[in-house]
Amino acid sequence: MAGGFFDRSAIVAPPGWSRWLVPPAALAVHLGIGQAYAWSVLKTGLSQGLGLSGTATALPFQLAIVMLGLSAAIVGTTVERRGPRWAMAVSTACFAAGFLISAGGIALDQYWLVVVGYGGVGGIGLGIGYISPVSTLIKWFVDRPGMATGIAIMGFGGGALIASPVESALLGAFGRTPGGLASTFAVMGVAYAIFMSLGWLLIRVPPEGWRPPGAPAESEDPAQQGPAVSVSKAVRLPQFWFLWIVLCFNVTAGIGILERADGIFRDFFRTTTAEQQLAAAAAAFVAILSLANMLGRFVWSSTSDLVGRKNIYRVYLGLGALLYLAILTLGEGNKVIFLIASLLILSFYGAGFATVPAYLKDLFGTYQVGAIHGRLLTAWSAAGVLGPLIVNAIVDASDAEGPAKYTTSFIIMTGLLAVGFVANELIRPVDPKHYVSDAERAAPEGSAAAEERRQGASR
Amino acid sequence: MTDHTAAGPSSAGRTVLAVVAWLWVLIPFLYGVYSLVLKIPALF
Repeated sequence: MAGGFFDRSAIVAPPGWSRWLVPPAALAVHLGIGQAYAWSVLKTGLSQGLGLSGTATALPFQLAIVMLGLSAAIVGTTVERRGPRWAMAVSTACFAAGFLISAGGIALDQYWLVVVGYGGVGGIGLGIGYISPVSTLIKWFVDRPGMATGIAIMGFGGGALIASPVESALLGAFGRTPGGLASTFAVMGVAYAIFMSLGWLLIRVPPEGWRPPGAPAESEDPAQQGPAVSVSKAVRLPQFWFLWIVLCFNVTAGIGILERADGIFRDFFRTTTAEQQLAAAAAAFVAILSLANMLGRFVWSSTSDLVGRKNIYRVYLGLGALLYLAILTLGEGNKVIFLIASLLILSFYGAGFATVPAYLKDLFGTYQVGAIHGRLLTAWSAAGVLGPLIVNAIVDASDAEGPAKYTTSFIIMTGLLAVGFVANELIRPVDPKHYVSDAERAAPEGSAAAEERRQGASR
Repeated sequence: MTDHTAAGPSSAGRTVLAVVAWLWVLIPFLYGVYSLVLKIPALF
């Protein structure tokens, strides 16, 4: 019975179900797992309360991001088959368990349990949760896929905005002692288990053949129904790898500013801002970047529904490269140019994540878009290594002072964005010879017909 | 809000569900945005 409740067949929307109930279900999960971006608050607490080094307290977050990419890539096909309720429930259980295991580890003075709990178990929750609503949203909002995935992935950007003040308040109330830290993690685990449960309780998939109001009926002729490419085929096509490069380099460029935002602001405005105001202004700069990162996910991804995916990535990558050059050449002491350029770059960074599921849908169709998205997220993991490496290693090795410190790394970022721009230009529609057969298209993964086909094949 | 098919007898219940679901996610989200916006004036 329990299996039935979580199966895709149990969540087919009844007549009258509004598709506008799907975004809050997706947001409940993404706002929850987006807490990962607020790890720095817990990191500081762990450092103070347990006397650990910066490297040690960074480990749970680093492992969580690695696990995000790995679990999204490995479990993507299962998520597609089992459906979004199963995926959201697993994500909720893993993410909450990560906090609870960490709480136990702190209470028992076993820090490795924090690394394994938050980073390992919680990281699996991050990966499965991140991809869980994507293909469902695209199927409900096939007329506005950029907007729909933009809402959900904006939630991932916004999760840190909720978690950051809550974590500070909990640490303030319980204290930055081992006992206080354990209580903070335990409360967070219980709170996220409750908050994220709205997702798996509310999520519904559209009935087969459902079309949005006002949309033309789907053609009976499979040749007219657009792309339908399996995940195993997609990862062998150049379109997938060009898009992988686009995502990887767009994310790397964003990390170039995010990683050292506080330091970059101080170096560019040290001579024009009073020393006592500099710290508060730099903190405000980090805050406003978060806002740009989050809003870009919704605004630019929604815009892509109007102007097309290829054109919007031309803006992210081409304009992004020019903006990096503008910061280098005109940004020192010029707050207007510096702020406009860096806010736009961060908005493009967030938008790159939010728009990519719709780009995948355009290229490969909705057939296994969730699983393909999971594979593509390995680009994020690669960028998570590449971005900090470029920024930190080069800047730390530089003898220069002030903005000159960033010249080499910003030029590299400009070059990476240019390479991403070229990769985007090389993306062409997928040749129909790579589409799945008509029988497979008529029985999408997870449907009753697909199950019958699977059983028939095994007999 | 209901733009799928004709609303059934439980459409009032579904409206309540939609309001509760959106408030569930929007209230904490707007709290987070508000906390963030408070920090921004220090930039100028």
